Amino acid sequence: MRRLGPFVLEPRLSPSRAAVLGVSLGAVVFALLLAAAVFYGYGRNPWQAYAQIGRGVFGSWPSFSEVLRRAIPLILCGVGLTLAFRAQFWNIGAEGQLLAGAVAATGVALFLPVPEGWRLPLMFLCGFLAGGLWAVIPALLRVKLAVNDVISTLMLNYVMAYIVEWLVHGPWKGPTMRGFAYTDRFPLTAQLGWLPGTRVHWVTLALGVVLALGVAFLLARTRLGYEIRVAGQNPEAARYAGINFTAVFALVMLLSGGLAGLAGVGEVAGIHRMLRSPSHISMGYGYTAIIVAWLARGNPLVAVFTALFFGLLFAAGDHMRIALGLPFQIVGVFQGLIFFCLIGFEILLSWRVGLARKGRAWSGQIGS
Amino acid sequence: MVGRLHAPTPLPSRPALVLLKDITKRFPGVVANDRVTFELRPGEVHALLGENGAGKTTLMNILYGLYRPDSGEIWVKGRRADIRSPRDAIRWGIGMVHQHFKLVLPHTVAENVALGLAGTPFWAPARAVAQKIRELSQRYGLPVDPDRRVWELSAGEQQRVEILKALIRGAEVLILDEPTSVLTPQEAQELFKVLSRMKEDGHGIIFISHKLDEVLSVADRITVMRRGRVVGTVLAQETNKTELARMMVGREVVFRLTKSTCQPGEAALRVQDLYARNDRGLWALKGVSFHVCRGEILGIAGVAGNGQRELVEVLTGLRRAERGKILLLGREVTNRSPRLLSDLGCAHVPEERIRMGIVPALPVEENLILKRHHRPPFCWRGLLRPRAIRSFAHRAVEEYAILTPSLRTPAKLLSGGNIQRLILARELSGRPAVVIAAHPTYGLDVGATEQIRQLLLRQREEGAAVLLVSEDLEEILELSDRIAVMFRGEIMGIVSAGEASLEEIGLMMAGERRSPVRSEGT
Repeated sequence: MRRLGPFVLEPRLSPSRAAVLGVSLGAVVFALLLAAAVFYGYGRNPWQAYAQIGRGVFGSWPSFSEVLRRAIPLILCGVGLTLAFRAQFWNIGAEGQLLAGAVAATGVALFLPVPEGWRLPLMFLCGFLAGGLWAVIPALLRVKLAVNDVISTLMLNYVMAYIVEWLVHGPWKGPTMRGFAYTDRFPLTAQLGWLPGTRVHWVTLALGVVLALGVAFLLARTRLGYEIRVAGQNPEAARYAGINFTAVFALVMLLSGGLAGLAGVGEVAGIHRMLRSPSHISMGYGYTAIIVAWLARGNPLVAVFTALFFGLLFAAGDHMRIALGLPFQIVGVFQGLIFFCLIGFEILLSWRVGLARKGRAWSGQIGS
Repeated sequence: MVGRLHAPTPLPSRPALVLLKDITKRFPGVVANDRVTFELRPGEVHALLGENGAGKTTLMNILYGLYRPDSGEIWVKGRRADIRSPRDAIRWGIGMVHQHFKLVLPHTVAENVALGLAGTPFWAPARAVAQKIRELSQRYGLPVDPDRRVWELSAGEQQRVEILKALIRGAEVLILDEPTSVLTPQEAQELFKVLSRMKEDGHGIIFISHKLDEVLSVADRITVMRRGRVVGTVLAQETNKTELARMMVGREVVFRLTKSTCQPGEAALRVQDLYARNDRGLWALKGVSFHVCRGEILGIAGVAGNGQRELVEVLTGLRRAERGKILLLGREVTNRSPRLLSDLGCAHVPEERIRMGIVPALPVEENLILKRHHRPPFCWRGLLRPRAIRSFAHRAVEEYAILTPSLRTPAKLLSGGNIQRLILARELSGRPAVVIAAHPTYGLDVGATEQIRQLLLRQREEGAAVLLVSEDLEEILELSDRIAVMFRGEIMGIVSAGEASLEEIGLMMAGERRSPVRSEGT
């Protein structure tokens, strides 16, 4: 037991599902309250602003569909990250893996001589492999050379971003684009269709949901999933049980990065229909997906819903810019606040907090 | 014989050195100390006896200022003491030697003693205390060189440094927490001599232990604790082992396990001239050779840190052998993977059961299939088969009497004894040919210890070759058919349990080689 100001903290051995849900929701609500201060700072009434955003986002099907559109890459990246996080592999590199997928898809779309019916499936396949292999690099670095995974995955994001910049300014710069740093437009057979009246490339959306189910099954019911959970929860026990770390981490990252790669395919084939500057293609989906996976607490099915929530935030950002005249960067502020509160509220999961009764003896600093 | 359950009250003329009065301390879910009263007189060794979890260490941590009691009073030399921190405790003349030493390994002995010592000069504090160290070590027979670096010292020498630290700080009361767990029998005898000299000087010593024999030989009075309460205080001269054990456990305890005579079969595990390094790259095993036959238990005795851990790791595929050979059922398996070794029938009960033996967050049933999760019936074409897993877990929980609320309960919520039973259930249910058990009963209560030992004996009777590594000599003597003693990475000798004397084993633990050298093995 520990005492903190007027509070008493008691350790909680394994928090219940309800506690996890309650604490997570509490953190999000608290973050939104903090964000209200930002609205004040801009001289706007926060409650009216929230109401206006709510009306704007949920007002019509086309505007609500923007939530879905934004959620698609978040679902794919987020589900992939839940897998990596379950293995305690800190993949901060979904952004770069997404871009790798986008590059591979562009290559197939523009330069590979294949039968037209094969083009889209091949784009998805190559995008998956590109994202996955890009992610296998830090996995091998960690297993073989003990290179910190956070650093290596993060740094590879910049490497891939500059590769994209180089491609669109250099060898892949489209002759038809009159000097803009874009590749040529994808042929029609390399473009994904939209749900009518929206920009929702539903093929990728469906893929995301199916893969979320797949990853959930993989974790719960397969030998690989079991080994991932053991290696993540207790590497010593995994060594003791003879689990092959190289294989497990390479596979985890192949899948994790591959899913991010698919998100990249979706963005270039479903939205932009060309390769262009990395900041246009991704808008930081790979980073937001970290929060998506964290909020889902490593559960791939929950990640679908948390991805939708962050899709909502992105869509809300559009409205804030247009209807309230606030800078789009405010989305980043919101995300930061939410992540900050989530981590801050974490203590409530491992400790039960109560008020200290008066007159009770102080019970020492070292609880055990 | 029934001992007096309450010692006479102290004479009013000479107040007790320490009086703990009605101490109560609660932790979430348990009462660690329930109205405990304990008294230490000048010039006595007062043993605090009890099983793990009986509340001995909690009580001493309260006296040393590491915990604050929920209620109760502490009196030192007739004055009410308010001890809020170890610093306060030292000011009151109380010193503590923890079970795990609190020394700065790269520093010298003198530097360690000077650390945090009041009144040392700012410049060269170590030099100032070196003289004092020599004085005190002469007086009490605690030979130690103030200029040696602590990491070079043996565990016994490090313990002396801890005692000196307390003495230099003016401790009149010395608390020793399980002091003999790191010592050879001879070193323990040395320690007892030191304690008697300190006694003569009027010091009071609190001796925490769960070993009956040593408590009887060293203590003047013995206070027995069980489940947070004092069962009674008895004079050492007026009691015996049986009575103490009954007080400790709360029922009669049988000291001898029934053990059939050993009928060794062919050698299931053969180790030849094995060399391996420890984590720091130094040689931990230097030419170790032995064999274990089916139907026998080979005990590996030795003071902790003489290569036992590395030996177990090499034998289970967790550490590389630099030289030498390991043969499992006649097949060479040197430096093969842990998975292959386990598939070939080599079970491993690891030393650190929570850190290595289980996955704490995973449910009991999934912990029970660890190591066999990749084979039928638990796994088929890469898919887990929940029904097979569940029915196996059901049987294992029943057969090995694992107390768990459900099969889905995370393993970390089980008690130590149940975790160990879980590990044994997993390791033994595959009918292994070789069982490697490292400290299998460490930290378990008497009941669980008894069961675990029975399980190991049953393995032996069913024809498994059992390698038992333990620092508990009593356990080694009780279970083993032959005993190998390790010292600094070598085997000093192998004796059969029938003809082994405690003294001979003790000498080997201290590095005396038995002749003829290495008659066994090759």
